Amino acid sequence: MKIHSLKITGGFGKSGQPDLVQAFELKMGDVISIVGPTGSGKTTLIDDIALFANRNTPSRRCVFINNEPAPEEFMNDPSKNPIAFITQHTNFLSDLPVRRFLEIHAGIRRRENIAAVLEETFDFANQLTGEPINPDCGMTELSGGQTRALLIADAVTIGNSPIILLDEIENAGIHRTKALELLKRYEKIFIFVTHDPRIALLSDFRIVMQNGAMVKIIEAHDEELRVAEEIKKLDDLILHFRKLIRNGERLTENIMEERLAALGYAA
Amino acid sequence: MKAIICAGPPTTGKTTVLKQVTQRLQGAGLQVAYLKIDVQYAVEDEMFQSEFNIPVKKVYSGELCPDHCNVMVLADAIEWASQNRAHFLLVETAGLCLRCSPYIEGSLGMVVLEATSGMNLPRKIGPMLTLADVAVITKIDLISQAEREVFRARVLEAAGHLSICETNALYGIGIDAVVKKIHASPELRYPLILRGNPPVGTCTICVGKKEIGWKQHFGVVRPLENQMFYRGE
Repeated sequence: MKIHSLKITGGFGKSGQPDLVQAFELKMGDVISIVGPTGSGKTTLIDDIALFANRNTPSRRCVFINNEPAPEEFMNDPSKNPIAFITQHTNFLSDLPVRRFLEIHAGIRRRENIAAVLEETFDFANQLTGEPINPDCGMTELSGGQTRALLIADAVTIGNSPIILLDEIENAGIHRTKALELLKRYEKIFIFVTHDPRIALLSDFRIVMQNGAMVKIIEAHDEELRVAEEIKKLDDLILHFRKLIRNGERLTENIMEERLAALGYAA
Repeated sequence: MKAIICAGPPTTGKTTVLKQVTQRLQGAGLQVAYLKIDVQYAVEDEMFQSEFNIPVKKVYSGELCPDHCNVMVLADAIEWASQNRAHFLLVETAGLCLRCSPYIEGSLGMVVLEATSGMNLPRKIGPMLTLADVAVITKIDLISQAEREVFRARVLEAAGHLSICETNALYGIGIDAVVKKIHASPELRYPLILRGNPPVGTCTICVGKKEIGWKQHFGVVRPLENQMFYRGE
């Protein structure tokens, strides 16, 4: 089934108050974020989407695929399900070597030219992680960041899922800007649950959650994109320091001043 | 009345699935009875009674193989459930050695497997899986989509006729599909016949001979490197 659009209509928040956002619709190629404090209902909203809610979840929200309620086979057969959902708990349990496992998955998906698909998958994953994945390494031996990167790469390339839900991927230490850049090249719908300013600001729009309800949609606009550029610099600064600490180096006031000056901030 | 015979390895979530099912059947105004068969310890019957206030029974198989015990007690249990005006009898079996299947001809056989048990499990468990009608896969939220797909493909490779319901039973996700299968299942009809042949059941170990090594035993025996053969009169 070819997916053109994903639409969510509002239901109710935690105290039974209605969603102030009555509906939103996504087309292929859209990248959006769901933001809000912990406990505000971000995960509930993304769960509703993953479940193709049809007034049958506590929120009473509805999900429409191409303006129709989702067919039942979506829920029963993961290879027909257009949604790939990568949560913070999602993990690999198989102790097969990575390459062997991906071959099995690609085989089940009846992908042709498996070698090329695998190469694309590794290439994708390696752009997201710090340390490249060894194809002969066991799946369970991958680091947290490598696992997350491979989950995303597998969903995009082998699974070829048109809709991908990502729950707080920033916690896994993968390369976020790179991830967004890469993902935007594919004609898919990406929905991020995120606390990360960079991901939120680079999305087409963001949905704000409060007390379980969708309260606001904020579209990307020019001024914010300019702010995002500044945030990117500050974020890169932090990443640079993180790298130094990781590499066992000591930070000095000098380094701090140098980096700030390079960005045009220091007096 | 309909009987749902539920099997599956320990800790896969049989009880959680059946609780979710009971809640939905009861919500539709239907009467449910629950039978638990286990080896030596179970409190699930008390949980079902206090949570749903439905007729419950528990059987400890003790020295008997729990699936043999199931065959022995099930006819009485069905009578007990119909006396209690149940529309559905849910039977939760202990499901231990993976050689038997406790299902009855013409009623719904349900196997509960956990997605976290590894991609090879469907290739390992035999009649408990292959003779079932529905495979309920639990804990799907804990593993990658890729592994879910492989797990599912391997279940279908073992038994292509199965309907598969993927669930996160703790949160009731995917349970509606299970309930649908239960509603669509046929009424019990007599005579009640076990669906599969149990494995060869009578052996000298079963009757209490504890010496190690095939030379100490008779009947159907097997050495490490050979096929089974008959030793005796």
